[in-house]
Amino acid sequence: MTAAAEAVRPVARPASLSRRMRKSPLGRLIMRIPFYLLVAVIFVYALFPFYWVVRSSFTPEVNLFQTPIQYIPAHPTLANYRGALSANFFTHALLNSAIVAGSVTLLSLAIGSSAAFALGRFKFHGRSFVLYLVLSMTIFPQIAILGALYTTITKFNLYDTLGALIFSYLIFTLPFTIWVLTSFMRTLPGDLEEAAYVDGATPLQVFWKVLLPLIAPGLVTTGLLAFISAWNEYLYALSFTQSPNHYTVPLAITSFVSPTGSAFAVPWGQIMAATVIVTLPLLVLVLVFQKRIIAGLTAGAVKG
Amino acid sequence: MASVATTVTTRRRRRTKLQRRQTRVAWLLLVPSLAVVALVALYPLGKTVFQSFTNQEFLALEPTKWVGLQNYTTLIHDTFFRTAIWTTVKFTLITVAFEFALGLAIALVVNSSFKGRGVMRAVMLVPWAIPTVVAAQMWKWMLDDTFGVINDLFVRIHLVSHSHAWIAEPSTALASVCAVDIWKTTPFVALLLLAGLQVIPQDLYEAAEVDGANALQQFWRITFPLLKPAILVTLIFRTLDALRVFDVFYVFFGNRPDTQTMAIYAQSTIVGDGHVGYGAAISVAIFLIIAIFVVIYMTVNRVTEE
Repeated sequence: MTAAAEAVRPVARPASLSRRMRKSPLGRLIMRIPFYLLVAVIFVYALFPFYWVVRSSFTPEVNLFQTPIQYIPAHPTLANYRGALSANFFTHALLNSAIVAGSVTLLSLAIGSSAAFALGRFKFHGRSFVLYLVLSMTIFPQIAILGALYTTITKFNLYDTLGALIFSYLIFTLPFTIWVLTSFMRTLPGDLEEAAYVDGATPLQVFWKVLLPLIAPGLVTTGLLAFISAWNEYLYALSFTQSPNHYTVPLAITSFVSPTGSAFAVPWGQIMAATVIVTLPLLVLVLVFQKRIIAGLTAGAVKG
Repeated sequence: MASVATTVTTRRRRRTKLQRRQTRVAWLLLVPSLAVVALVALYPLGKTVFQSFTNQEFLALEPTKWVGLQNYTTLIHDTFFRTAIWTTVKFTLITVAFEFALGLAIALVVNSSFKGRGVMRAVMLVPWAIPTVVAAQMWKWMLDDTFGVINDLFVRIHLVSHSHAWIAEPSTALASVCAVDIWKTTPFVALLLLAGLQVIPQDLYEAAEVDGANALQQFWRITFPLLKPAILVTLIFRTLDALRVFDVFYVFFGNRPDTQTMAIYAQSTIVGDGHVGYGAAISVAIFLIIAIFVVIYMTVNRVTEE
């Protein structure tokens, strides 16, 4: 019996009733009903907005702007998907986000894993200083350096390029990557490494041939988290890009306008179709790598 | 005797040599990371602080001048900034409180073993994974004043008598952004707390059961104290995140002055208006406000620890 299930039981009543209830299978089932109701409420709360997106994406524009509201589309259509995918800036944005998030992830893993090797497997002066520096970077507010980044990026002619985003996104992906990979590195036993050193291997060989394969799960976890946070970023993308060709997904999703150009007629059908399109890959990633992601999140937060 | 002494010293010398080599390799490995941190974080931070003492304008015709504390004295009397701070702090208090309470309840539910627990955990990750901007768009459509499902549901269950323009009406504007954030982040909070719950040894509860402790006593005497580190870390992370909120507010209101957050005010001052110097002062102020919250949490942590 767990705390939550226990809490369901009326506390003031004498235990005999609940004991009698617990004995019969039917009684046990009845006692579980409030619990499962609670589970159902959580389930609906988390997923109903997604149902609504999917429903709206398949509902013809005419029926979307009609009362009473149709909870299930009476005449489902793919028109909204066709509309979203024929918007040039949206398909560009999918590609741009893939390029930016992919590059940021690879760069963070490459740079971060070597730092994690140093911080996790070596003893040296200044180690804890570097660790604290990295940790303080993870809670660094991005807005605090917006102005300086903005002027620097313009000075180096990086304004309105994907390069500006890749460069600036490292500020939130790299410290996190270093922190989590270091904690993965630390959990490895020392014998393997020592054996390799005794056989005359160089530190670089130990890193490549011994440690990196062992922390592969950690690389997957941190890579996923870096990818997701870069894919979702909005503030820098909004500030450092301008032309629709360089939009990333979050910018594109707010840029749909109606064919008539009216600010009041927002093409919600297309926006919802676009939402489904950008959410699906994330959904697949999350469901496939569920355990890995949770491990990474808790390593980053709880151990931190 | 002498020979023993020499072997000890040579061994020690060898060890320090090894140590020195280790240190060198370690720093070499750290070079790329430290270079990036210096370039993307420390240099811009220093530059921001410097800019905050100047009248720098983006694409200005006149050269930038050192103005001392002028930006800061203006900032103290800036009612827009005051409103922005107040909006952000209200948002932070509301969302962190709700997310913590709901998240803890959900964590306790999901922590018990039942059929479909794995599914529940996957379901909880979904709102966390999608971009905040996308979540904001989803809710903006659901909260639509005439064709939104929220109005339809609320009228059906007689919670409201007629449809509301939730986002446009000043009395419900803040509540509607909070609703988005709470929906998106509560599952994440629950996952963090769940991780904390799962390391509490089960036999503690069994022992308490034997001693006749009821569920409430078990919660206060076992769950809560042992969960405290996880709770504290979760609260810090959420508070810092909420204080720099940008996306939801921007999607819902743009930079409407009565509903802008600190981050939006800074962004629109720098990028929108090109007032780099004044914007830098706002950024530094935000940084300090966030630092104050960190110090408060640290102090609370130390006091309750004793």
